[in-house]
Amino acid sequence: MKKKMWGSSTILNVMYVPALLFFAVFIFYPFIEGIRISFTNWDGYSQQFSYVGFEKYINMLADKNTWTTMSNTVIYGFGSTLLQNVLGLAYALFLDQQLRAKGLVRTIVYLPVIISSLIMGYIWYFFFQFDGGAINDIMALFGAQPVDWLASGPRAVGIITFVNTFQFMGVAMTIYVAGLQSIPKDYYEAASIDGANWWSQFKNITLPLLMPAITINVVLNIIGGLKLFDVIVAMTNGGPGYASSSLSTMMYNLYFARQDAGYAAALGNFMFLFIAIVSITSLILLKRKEVKI
Amino acid sequence: MRTLKYSILTLIGIVHLIPFYILLGMALKPTEDTSSKWIFPTNMTMDNFVNAWNQAHLSQALINNVIITGSSVVLIVLIGALASYPLSRFQTKWNQFIYLLCISCMIVPALTILVPLYSMIVDMGGINTYWAAILTQVTFQLPLTIFLFTGFISSVPRELDEAGSIDGCNKFMIFFRIILPLLKPITATVIILTGLNVWNDYQFSIFLLQKVSVQTIPVALSQFISQFQNQISWVAAGCVIGMLPVTILYLFLQKYFIRGLADGAVKG
Repeated sequence: MKKKMWGSSTILNVMYVPALLFFAVFIFYPFIEGIRISFTNWDGYSQQFSYVGFEKYINMLADKNTWTTMSNTVIYGFGSTLLQNVLGLAYALFLDQQLRAKGLVRTIVYLPVIISSLIMGYIWYFFFQFDGGAINDIMALFGAQPVDWLASGPRAVGIITFVNTFQFMGVAMTIYVAGLQSIPKDYYEAASIDGANWWSQFKNITLPLLMPAITINVVLNIIGGLKLFDVIVAMTNGGPGYASSSLSTMMYNLYFARQDAGYAAALGNFMFLFIAIVSITSLILLKRKEVKI
Repeated sequence: MRTLKYSILTLIGIVHLIPFYILLGMALKPTEDTSSKWIFPTNMTMDNFVNAWNQAHLSQALINNVIITGSSVVLIVLIGALASYPLSRFQTKWNQFIYLLCISCMIVPALTILVPLYSMIVDMGGINTYWAAILTQVTFQLPLTIFLFTGFISSVPRELDEAGSIDGCNKFMIFFRIILPLLKPITATVIILTGLNVWNDYQFSIFLLQKVSVQTIPVALSQFISQFQNQISWVAAGCVIGMLPVTILYLFLQKYFIRGLADGAVKG
């Protein structure tokens, strides 16, 4: 009986063959090719190249741009995760009350999520640009000199983190609203009968029971932030130099502008490893903190 | 207290609308009007829109977007739903491994394999073709799709399958006659999430679709902007046109958009 069941179900596995074919051709094969390319000095188009061993990896680790880019990527990843979750949760708590027109506000906060990040980046560029930027107009109102906001690397990194947060905090907010609504109301009633104040209710009921939502949001935001690309291209293109570049934009630049495909592939593999380790570690750490209702 | 709450609510709404206010103001302002971006134009003009539409080849880009997103979404739903049935219903060791393999593709960003992927597509002659863009998009949306479909199918009671097999359906018929029709709500979520991702994609489209005849809206806009950097009001108008289709869809279907997202996330 068992054998027959297994036999008839195995035939069904043909149903995932198309999906596997897609993965094999467009992910697994390129992934292995990428490892090979990273050991060559290929320029990306010519027929000639030679194997150079670990040279590209050594160059990568010795290149100070790698480390600027790396620290920027960490800020994009963790900075926007922190901002999105704090703001998203604050908005969710605020909008969880009985308020008229809160649906409208939710719609507005969520709107940027559906718009192309590239366009979002351009819109914010109009705020921070030097000539006639919206922020500098306000500065002028107070008699201050205009500032070239995006000309300084660290400031540009901060601004880009903010723009990414502005765009995607609606996601965190929505997930937290859903999470808050799934917490049984009698928990709060019981707690307030026991004389617990708002803070201790928040700390002892809301936060622990929101852990699944927190896990989802943190992991989603870390992955989203670490691979940031569109907004950076729109606002600074990684500049000045590599000062606001992320691993994604640096790889893009190495490949298409500097035609150093070997180096770009090495950086891609590095990025793969880095993001995999960070996101899986945070997933495991957060899952451990989840409690069952 | 009430007044304070409503003031905060209003403030949040206004702050989040400011970027769109600025954008719209810029797009409607005549080029010779050099007043602050904060001042809404008094003599509005459509010239910027006309210029952006023509110079950025947005009509062609719109058609390309529709073709690429439409075909991708059809393939994504078809291939994803098919794959999810055995993966959620028959969890042998092997199938669990395959599922894990699919899902792990979701964690690591596709851009890390940019170099080999691009050179492979060059070798296949796929640069500036619809098919290469569509197949690439489908691949990178499949993990999320399989994740959502398998999650949904495992919540469908197995008794339904059993009832089907008593009635003489084989396993394939059970899928097509019983499971597939039940997938409608999750399919709506999949279409919205993956459709948006494909529609707005820039990181792949920028290198796969360089020619005007095939480029999508984000690519067309980015090239338009590098070409007309000092015509900033044209750029703004281009951005408005670019975001209009999804915004209109969102305003009409916002319930599905927001619910779809929450569903997708909570199922994890």
